[in-house]
Amino acid sequence: MKVYLKVWRQRNAQDPGRFVDYTVDGINPDMSFLEMLDVLNNRLISQGEDPIAFDSDCREGICGTCGLYINGRPHGPLPRATTCQVHMRHFKDGETIVIEPWRAKAFPVIKDLVVDRSAFDRIIQAGGYISVNTGQAPDGNAIPIPKEDASKAFDAATCIGCGACVAACKNASAMLFVAAKVAHLGRLPQGRIEARERVLNMLSQMEKEGFGGCTNTGACEAECPKGISLENIAFLNREFIKAKISF
Amino acid sequence: MELRAQHGLLKSLVAKKILMALTGLFLCLFLVVHLSGNLQLLIPGYSGRLQFNSYAVFMTHFPLIKIISYVLYLSIIIHVLDALVLTIRNRRARTVDYAVKSGYGSTFASRNMGILGSLILIFLVLHLANFWYKYKFGEMPYMVSPEGHYVSQKGEAIPGAVLKEGHLWVDGVDKGPAMKDLYEVVRLAFGQSWIVAIYVLSMIPLGYHLAHGFQSGFQTLGLRFGKAFSVIRVAGWLFAIIIPLGFAIIPLVFYFFPEKLN
Ligand code: HEM
Ligand code: SF4
Ligand code: FES
Repeated sequence: MKVYLKVWRQRNAQDPGRFVDYTVDGINPDMSFLEMLDVLNNRLISQGEDPIAFDSDCREGICGTCGLYINGRPHGPLPRATTCQVHMRHFKDGETIVIEPWRAKAFPVIKDLVVDRSAFDRIIQAGGYISVNTGQAPDGNAIPIPKEDASKAFDAATCIGCGACVAACKNASAMLFVAAKVAHLGRLPQGRIEARERVLNMLSQMEKEGFGGCTNTGACEAECPKGISLENIAFLNREFIKAKISF
Repeated sequence: MELRAQHGLLKSLVAKKILMALTGLFLCLFLVVHLSGNLQLLIPGYSGRLQFNSYAVFMTHFPLIKIISYVLYLSIIIHVLDALVLTIRNRRARTVDYAVKSGYGSTFASRNMGILGSLILIFLVLHLANFWYKYKFGEMPYMVSPEGHYVSQKGEAIPGAVLKEGHLWVDGVDKGPAMKDLYEVVRLAFGQSWIVAIYVLSMIPLGYHLAHGFQSGFQTLGLRFGKAFSVIRVAGWLFAIIIPLGFAIIPLVFYFFPEKLN
């Protein structure tokens, strides 16, 4: 198959950037989207041109690095999938595909389609953890946890920090990402101890990084490759209210 | 873990959003009260006119209602200013926009709450100027009984009374303030096609605003527990249809079926 690409090219953070058109021919429909870009990059390199910079690592939907904004949607047209899980058979032969980087003030473009997501790391450092002393591994069943809490905490813990929620949100808000971590830890007894500091610190860091606020549009939930639910944001809001009325 | 967050009560985005939700849901409650009051306009004949005008007296004189009405004015102002601050902050979080957008997973209403709200605000200003300002500060007609007597604020027709500076006088004795005829002001306004058009069309942005806002308010306050939230969502849609429809019916009846009100 053959596709026409419009790819965002930007030399560095200072460069204003522009779209460049590429035609990629002879694609096997069972190639992944990233493999299609690999084919294009091989050609560019052999022509002595600068290959398109994009992030990827695991290529099996677990690391969250492969953030590409494809035809107006983070990670392309498949629900609950990362870019690396999207295959060329999900596109039409002869289709024009527009590829952009995540757009958020807090995710500055480093080069082409690669953005700096270290803002997420700083949010996690602000409170996305529990403080425990090192030593022997504790008995896994020493603290009983109701099944429902364990399941919900686990669902929230599946966030891979890809940033699709930010990319999809009209406010470039990181609420779903923050909520996933607040709910993951806050639903478990080990996480309750620092629940108040966690929610306030993480939200405060989120704002410092320049992310917007949540307006409950639901775009993040729909685009999240792990199906993190808006219920987690409601949980975060409850944690915030509790934190503000307890001193 | 040390607390490193900012401390002001309303500093954070989430706190500002909670304020939006509280004022917004209070306004939703107000809409219910306002609509039930206004539907009295559809009671035909003199008794309907008397009931509506007495209701207007009650709403402007009963002390508790007065306090609630100040809370209401304040809520509208806070809701609008907060909306402005949040919308600007949220816009700034994306400095370079996408070339292609799909809006996938979000509704039209949720993406345009600021514009929908601004349309409601324009309507609100027109609406307050039409009726509220006129009732409180403007030139008003006074209520007259079928026998041609002026009517007191208590709703009694007073034979032989003359009107002077808003009070009714019989043989030089002040019988108290006369009842203003707000019903007549409404009737005259809703006899004009352009006013009817504005009142009916403005209910469209209101409906969309509520379609997102109602359930969003609960989500913002963290009031979302499993299946109960589906009920809130459905209630929100019903609210967004029934309330604007209820308001729209009033000008339509006045314009197209005035004889039904006689
Ligand atoms: C009768 C009048 C109104 C009612 C009943 C109402 C109701 C609501 C409700 C319930 C919410 C959701 C609260 C939340 O989740 O935070 C909301 C949000 C909002 N309202 Fe209103 N509102 C009214 C008028 C206005 C006006 C006059 C404006 C603006 C100029 C406005 C602008 C907004 C905005 C920008 C939001 C935030 C939406 C978002 O987060 O995406 N509203 N409103
Ligand atoms: S919440 Fe979903 S979309 Fe957001 S970072 Fe986590 S996995 Fe990615
Ligand atoms: S490359 Fe790891 S999730 Fe796509």
